[in-house]
Amino acid sequence: MSDIVNLEHGVDQSAEEYITVMIADQLFGMPILEVQDVFMPETVTEVPLASQDVAGVLNLRGRIVTAIDMRKRLGLPDLEENKPRMAVGIESNGESYGLIIDKVGEVHRLSDETFEVNPANLDPRWVAISAGVHRLDGSLMVVIDVEKVLAQKETVIAA
Amino acid sequence: MPMDDLLSEFLTETTESLDVVDMELVKFEQEPNNAGILDNIFRLVHTIKGTCGFLGLPRLEALAHAAETLMGNYRDGAPVTQDGVSLILQSIDRIKEIMGELEANETEPEGSDEDLITQLDRISAGGCASEDDSAPAASAPVEAAPEPKATPSDVAPPAPKAGEATLDELEAAFAAAPSPEGMDVSPEAAAGVMAEAASSSQQVDDAAPEMAAAPEPEAEPEAEPEVAEAPREAPPEAKAASKDGPVKNQSIRVNVETLEHLMTMVSELVLTRNQLLEMVRRLDDSEFKVPLQRLSTVTAELQDGVMKTRMQPIGNAWQKLPRIVRDLANELDKKIDLQMHGADTELDRQVLELIKDPLTHMVRNSADHGLETTADRVKAGKPEIGVVKLSAYHEGGHIIIEITDDGAGLNTEKVKAKIIDNGLATQAELDQMTEAQIHRFIFKAGFSTAAVVTSVSGRGVGMDVVRTNIELIGGIVDVKSETGTGSTFFIKIPLTLAIVSALIVESSGQRFAIPQLSVVELVRTHNNADHRIEMINDTPVLRLRNKLLPLMALSKLLDLQMAENVLTDAVPEAMVPAEAPAIEAAIDEVEADSQEAPAEEVQAMPVPAEEVAGNSEPAKENADDNLFVVVIQVGAQLFGVVVDSVFDTEEIVVKPMSSMLRDISLFSGNTILGDGSVIMIIDPNGIAQSVAQTTSSTDTAEIEDEKHLTANDDTTAMLVFRAASEEPKAVPLSLVTRLEEIDAAEIERANGRDLVQYRGVLMPLVYISEETQRKTEGQQPVLVFSDQERSMGLVVDEIVDIVEDKLNIEIKADDMPGMIGSAVIKEKATEILDIGYFIEQAFDDWMEQREGVSLARGARLLLVDDSAFFRNMLAPLLSASGYSVTLAESAKQALDLKDRGIQFDIIVSDIEMPEMDGITFAETLRGDPVWKDTPIIALSSHTAPHIIERSRQAGFIDFVGKFDRQGLMESIKDCSTQLGAAA
Repeated sequence: MSDIVNLEHGVDQSAEEYITVMIADQLFGMPILEVQDVFMPETVTEVPLASQDVAGVLNLRGRIVTAIDMRKRLGLPDLEENKPRMAVGIESNGESYGLIIDKVGEVHRLSDETFEVNPANLDPRWVAISAGVHRLDGSLMVVIDVEKVLAQKETVIAA
Repeated sequence: MPMDDLLSEFLTETTESLDVVDMELVKFEQEPNNAGILDNIFRLVHTIKGTCGFLGLPRLEALAHAAETLMGNYRDGAPVTQDGVSLILQSIDRIKEIMGELEANETEPEGSDEDLITQLDRISAGGCASEDDSAPAASAPVEAAPEPKATPSDVAPPAPKAGEATLDELEAAFAAAPSPEGMDVSPEAAAGVMAEAASSSQQVDDAAPEMAAAPEPEAEPEAEPEVAEAPREAPPEAKAASKDGPVKNQSIRVNVETLEHLMTMVSELVLTRNQLLEMVRRLDDSEFKVPLQRLSTVTAELQDGVMKTRMQPIGNAWQKLPRIVRDLANELDKKIDLQMHGADTELDRQVLELIKDPLTHMVRNSADHGLETTADRVKAGKPEIGVVKLSAYHEGGHIIIEITDDGAGLNTEKVKAKIIDNGLATQAELDQMTEAQIHRFIFKAGFSTAAVVTSVSGRGVGMDVVRTNIELIGGIVDVKSETGTGSTFFIKIPLTLAIVSALIVESSGQRFAIPQLSVVELVRTHNNADHRIEMINDTPVLRLRNKLLPLMALSKLLDLQMAENVLTDAVPEAMVPAEAPAIEAAIDEVEADSQEAPAEEVQAMPVPAEEVAGNSEPAKENADDNLFVVVIQVGAQLFGVVVDSVFDTEEIVVKPMSSMLRDISLFSGNTILGDGSVIMIIDPNGIAQSVAQTTSSTDTAEIEDEKHLTANDDTTAMLVFRAASEEPKAVPLSLVTRLEEIDAAEIERANGRDLVQYRGVLMPLVYISEETQRKTEGQQPVLVFSDQERSMGLVVDEIVDIVEDKLNIEIKADDMPGMIGSAVIKEKATEILDIGYFIEQAFDDWMEQREGVSLARGARLLLVDDSAFFRNMLAPLLSASGYSVTLAESAKQALDLKDRGIQFDIIVSDIEMPEMDGITFAETLRGDPVWKDTPIIALSSHTAPHIIERSRQAGFIDFVGKFDRQGLMESIKDCSTQLGAAA
């Protein structure tokens, strides 16, 4: 499940590699350099009084990881219970975070040509975490801006 | 970039040097004839000057040079004036300022120091304009120079005889002072150097007048380098001459980051070890046990070692104080003697950083508000010089800092007036308070005792800020004051913040850690018992020893709901909340004799983790009926936090919350437990703030309580209960596994014996005597004793109390089966039960069914223990397990047995015994051919790693905690198994 498929190394200078993830029915992408690992979030301890989108904290190989529920962050309904979920581990300032998403897809190498800024009519909660959109064949991939995800917290509750 | 490295090195070094200079200068002002101090300052400033020149920092160089010139004059015997010293201090402040800029921008800031340099030069030139009015200096002239050189013209001709003597003396001391490099040189060579030093100083002397006339930077260096070199070649034996010199060869500089990283890694190691221990504990007979124990010891030692590297002497936080007090004395026109004791007391650097400011503030306060003006002091018949004494020492896991002044003491009436003015309390309330309680109001927010707000203190930052800061790191602060004789402030802070002992509690299905440091006691509440939660307008309170304790439910504080977490289905067994009464025996009502006491009691409870974890019945059913109140003290504030259940204490590694969660004030961090789950650490201070409004009535909780209620090593926690008769009975709490209440209807009778289904197995119930009431309905209290998989329930009428007392068994009750004897507990004659007897009653087949008994049978065992209680407690148990037990009251008695040629298969010996202790006993045995090979097991109530290590060295093959009955049985079993195998 956590297998990351096809780590190919192209030569295109302007291209960047993304790990794609699914949240609800939307395809998202995260720059591969930002991603530390992909794991199944198990035994997440809820943190009382924390903002809603913080799923809790968990122990990942001896490190305490703060898990952020991306569905909550994006204002999406919760995933049905008992469905397995995945998390993408990222690091910021020596702290570990995990973005809980539905599932992990594959690695795409995308060039600037397919990139566009956020459409003006995008939900503000989405804009708040998105760096832009890549036009792929048959689908659109929203690029998750990790810094933005970690920076904001209060706005989510307000939204 | 070599320049940057150089610069940062320079900055670090110079900052340190300047701090020393600050301190030394203040000392120098008081003892102007102490050449050692002057020399030290001179050398430091000289080094700074030299380095500045080398690095191309003209501003610093010029300033340092001017200051050095003036000090050179002092060294040559010029009278030391207060103005002069102040000026040098100012220059040093300026140097620090420039260095600050330098650090930020890597270049010297623009600006001029002409103002200071001109003044310095003027005084150097002898233009001591203010010399006459500087009384203190005049009263303390350079001792060896009876004819102070008042004017520069006097200095110009070669120094008079007396002056030369001074110079020689000065130089001798100068040469004797150790240099940082401390090179070793033979005495002869040293003598030569001394002579050289003397002659070179002659040159300085000659140079001095020149400089006085025309202070050009070039004038000095001619002579200076030689002088500066002299101490470098000082003979080693001269080191003892000055204790002020730095000794550097025993230490190296390590980057703080490296240390922090090391600490993190050790923390990880501790966690992993805890995890392993947890796993192995579940396996009954694991080959990992021994190496794991070793790993455990090593980890503990490593942790100790790494913690030590983080330790810094508290003196580092005091360095600036002499200067501050000196300036203060000048400003307030007081005479203050700052005494510092225990500056080498070490504590964690993190803690050190955090107490620096509060300490400074308190010393300022003592000097400003505490000490009277000189005139007032004289009027009161006190010495002119007021004393502010700072002392630090270790006590337990804490460091105690005392700040004492011999001033007027707190003015209780003024404090009272202030309290009423600020509406902190009413007159009526105050009337009921003791003086000490009133004094504690100075720590309340918005309180300042100074009638006049001076520039020194009373700038709105009061003692409440000090208190807050100290409490933030889990410390407490208190004051004791006596009118007319002075005040003492006590600060008690933990040595370290990284690893703490915490109580694991559960509320609404979630576990939390509460730092043990702030937990005073645990109370179990019950709707129909003495301790029940009562409500005043929906506010819960608890009557506790004739006081009302405000309560806060943890679930309410944290806004917890029992709502299912989406992810909880993945929760492993161990995370499922255990049944509430799991370890209530330890908790039912712990008379907290000290802050540490409850911790020990809980820890002493043999509650195997699997029993806590394995039982997965939800605790919800009797939610309101069986609750636990964790009594917490923060500063003087006492309150109770209501939780559903209490598990155990654990050493936890505090990890900071991620920045996304850091604004939740109720948590101070999080940690990973032995089972791998992450839990939040409750911040008692955060809770205290939430409870704050309700606590005014209980704010009077005495911190003093702590002092007279000190835990004694010799005390034993006893569970007191009633059964069969009115006389209280007791068993050591440590032997009790749990306290249960069994529904009387569930008691079954089979085969002439009462049984109850308990945790999936039938547990026999035993009655103390036939008279014990058998309840037919309602709840029947039962003490559960477990031994391996077996449990036995002792039926009692009522559980009275848990008492921590010295156990002194007085009468041996031979006639009463099941009694060891009587002891006075809480001033009442109490019968002490022999649990071994009842276990035998419960399981007459105990011996047959015990695994490994066949090997043990007949094994001859010698038990050496000075305590009659333990002998009587253990002997029946050991006999019951099939050993043939011989008792000895002392090591000497045991050795007598040896001399009589009696042989044993196993020896179990106490460590702490009068006359000959266990260690010596073991060493004696190892050195004696007769019992040389008899395995010997240590029994002790102290399980500190170093004691374990010592006992291993002495020849003990195993070390068992005195209350770890099961551990002892296993250890003996292992021993006899080996014997059996060998035989």
